[in-house]
Amino acid sequence: MSALPLIDEEPPLLVVEGLTVAYGARVGCRDVGFELWPGEVLGIVGESGSGKTSLLNALSARIEPAAGRIRYRLRDGHLADLFGLSEAARRQLLRTDWGIVHQNPRDGLRLTVSAGANVGERLMAIGARHYGEIRGAALDWLGKVEIDRDRIDDRPASFSGGMQQRLQIARNLVTNPRLVFMDEPTGGLDVSVQARLLDLIRGLVADLGLSAIIVTHDLAVARLLAHRLMVMRGGEVVESGLTDQVLDDPQHPYTQLLVSSILQV
Amino acid sequence: MEPVLEIRGLAKSFTLHNQGGVTLPVLGAVDLTVHAGECVALHGRSGTGKSTLLRTLHGNYRVGAGQVWVRHGAVRIDLAQASPRQIIELRRSTIGYVSQFLRVIPRVAALDIVAEPMRARGVSPAVARDRAAALLTRLNVPERLWHLAPATFSGGEQQRINIARGFAVEYPILLLDEPTASLDGDNRASVIGLIDEVLTRGTAIVGIFHDGEVRERVANRLYDMTEAKAA
Repeated sequence: MSALPLIDEEPPLLVVEGLTVAYGARVGCRDVGFELWPGEVLGIVGESGSGKTSLLNALSARIEPAAGRIRYRLRDGHLADLFGLSEAARRQLLRTDWGIVHQNPRDGLRLTVSAGANVGERLMAIGARHYGEIRGAALDWLGKVEIDRDRIDDRPASFSGGMQQRLQIARNLVTNPRLVFMDEPTGGLDVSVQARLLDLIRGLVADLGLSAIIVTHDLAVARLLAHRLMVMRGGEVVESGLTDQVLDDPQHPYTQLLVSSILQV
Repeated sequence: MEPVLEIRGLAKSFTLHNQGGVTLPVLGAVDLTVHAGECVALHGRSGTGKSTLLRTLHGNYRVGAGQVWVRHGAVRIDLAQASPRQIIELRRSTIGYVSQFLRVIPRVAALDIVAEPMRARGVSPAVARDRAAALLTRLNVPERLWHLAPATFSGGEQQRINIARGFAVEYPILLLDEPTASLDGDNRASVIGLIDEVLTRGTAIVGIFHDGEVRERVANRLYDMTEAKAA
């Protein structure tokens, strides 16, 4: 009998240890540790103020942690200490290897330039110069996120919230990132628009084999997208594990409270 | 022959922290060994923990105490010790589960729901869809429904889609929770046919079959849930 690839030899993409984020005396998150593997989607759930966004901001190198270590496996296989890299190297990661999908598309898009330019800009930032190729890639990605190709020259200011969010996803994925951070990607959208966006994210993550860290307060979103969950409260991880196990057999009082507070339709 | 599933002293209780910390003991000590090609029916009235046992075998509920050894290719994995990634891998290739109700995903068509476990194992989209179509045909799901999301389908239609999904991959272990509950005679016969086929192929089944006729037809033996009862 051939051995199945149960314990694969693939090393983790991201290794986080003892991560603490502080704003002066106030703690954003405390002593968080986990590993993320290629192709894996990790959901971070909890209510407002639980430290989810602080954690996400530190993981994506947008704020420097007060303590702890984040190591990321670069494309050459080297596991690099994120805050041991130069500022320029971290910026380069953000432009190429990583994507960040903000809750508010205005934070992730430039509303005054065309949809095509929003997508093409990320390619130009990594050196693409050929106009036809950049426009071709932009058209291709608009199609993948279900935006009519004839909207390529329109400014995203004229788009609906759902379209803006899909454009933000296209802008992030055009550089073939390996890791995508999403902060409440469906927050503030109508439920019908949410469903379409979730389906799109689910498909893209699976097809591209992306790793993703998704912050959400919506447990249904977490169930649909995440392989594993971390539940946060008061800046600390109170429970973590397989998504359906955490949601269907929650152990911690706070997780039980969250799960039991969902209204049934 | 080494068993495909070996359960030793499995116990499971639920502690409700927000309801006065009350603890509900459900499974006291389950000891059960299942070999390839066997079909074990969990037998007992409702509330005796049949579904809890199936869900624990699928990794949906945590093992409270004891061990659940699953043969996975050349190795054995104890579910009580398995990491989330290992459980995901077990579900991808070794343990299939047909729940009582289909969990509908918005916008995903019936055919793709059935094809998904095959796609997860690297089967090409065309082959996966062909096999999904064959299963849906066999379970009498009308072709006009294949490309629709099943949210609005009847209970029986949803259940047949769920069954097709569970039988789409040749899992060595299959967990069935009331697979014929809302099906009429013809469809019940189709499901019995599918169960017979996988048993012949060597799949081990642990199932809940309230329908006595179906149970007698497919089960090799019964596991009496009173044996598992928590003290």
